[in-house]
Amino acid sequence: MARHEVVSPIPGVFYRRPDPDSPLFTDAGQTVAADDTVGLVEVMKSFHEVPAGEAGTVVEFLVENEDEVDAGQVLAVIEAG
Amino acid sequence: MTIEVRKPGLSTTVQDAGRTGYYDLGIPPSGALDQYSLRAANLLVGNAEGDAVLECVYMGPELLFTEAAVVAVTGAAMVPKVNGEERPQWESFAVDAGDVLSFAYLTGGARAYVAVSGGVDVPVVLGSRSTYGLGALGGFSGRPLAEGDVLPVGSGTGTAGRSVPADLRTTYSKDVEVRVMMGLYDHRLSRDGRATFLDTTWKLTPVADRIGFRYSGATLETVDREPPFGAGQDPSNIVDAPYPIGSIQVPGSVEPIVLHRDAVSGGGYMMVATVLSGDLDVVAQSAPGTRTRFVEVDLDGALALRAERRARDERLREVLG
Repeated sequence: MARHEVVSPIPGVFYRRPDPDSPLFTDAGQTVAADDTVGLVEVMKSFHEVPAGEAGTVVEFLVENEDEVDAGQVLAVIEAG
Repeated sequence: MTIEVRKPGLSTTVQDAGRTGYYDLGIPPSGALDQYSLRAANLLVGNAEGDAVLECVYMGPELLFTEAAVVAVTGAAMVPKVNGEERPQWESFAVDAGDVLSFAYLTGGARAYVAVSGGVDVPVVLGSRSTYGLGALGGFSGRPLAEGDVLPVGSGTGTAGRSVPADLRTTYSKDVEVRVMMGLYDHRLSRDGRATFLDTTWKLTPVADRIGFRYSGATLETVDREPPFGAGQDPSNIVDAPYPIGSIQVPGSVEPIVLHRDAVSGGGYMMVATVLSGDLDVVAQSAPGTRTRFVEVDLDGALALRAERRARDERLREVLG
């Protein structure tokens, strides 16, 4: 089983839901496909979707909802396969 | 010669030295937010220093070159790659026909500048090739690049392997000082409000683009007044006035906004200070989360910075000219 890190490509504010009233995109223990969105990064008044990158099981999120993140920062870890 | 846009990045625009002379009509100067990096990138590839380049914010594009060219990437730390192989920044390198230029993640600063020998040859509009997005003016069809765009490039004669010496390269920090002159509306601040403005370590919010950079950190105390005719009731309102590039307005007395080169030309918020033109490059290279102190200087200090910046430009020209 390979460990895959989901990285933010841009700096901004990280969101784990599509909007405040919706459920989380995904959470620890859930399975995701490679192109499933795991969160959004907001910058310059627009929202950038962050895909899982690899299919597998979400191990953990390393940043909280609405945390500020840097480009290249690891957002979540996926156990690929 | 053309460049095909495989992936546009987050917001990549064509920018040159800017469109001066129309701000009184509401058309801002636009142009590269970091003018020093623009100059360096162009000089590296043998262009005139104000030629059109690509300004890439936070994330680089993926570009396919249809012919051989010489390229240089300056500004934000974002390692360029040719067909996946790393290339240096602040140094010119060759690309062949069919090569793909891409970028690693941003590791410092905010905006990278990609110059190509011959310059990006979009039509000149009102004296400039710069993109003014709000006005859908200039650049490539008046907008940021999109997948599938084909960019025209002029013919040039660049040389690979030219390099900006280490002491002339800009390095970036998440803690910056931005020098300002107070005014024109700092009289709206109380003594405490003024002290708060200068003593707070402000943090750049994600609301930061070519129009303005919004900071959070404190609320500024204003002095009581009877609102003048034409100004709103809020203590931060003024009778509408022109907004200089670099002016720092504070709507609602919270969250100062530094206006940059795509600014709106006027409005009714107090401008408590103005960023020295030489430090607008520092603002340009701030990413969200950058801790920023506004440091007051007087007119002599401002002129000294201008002279310092000009001397640095002159050295750059001597080395690369």
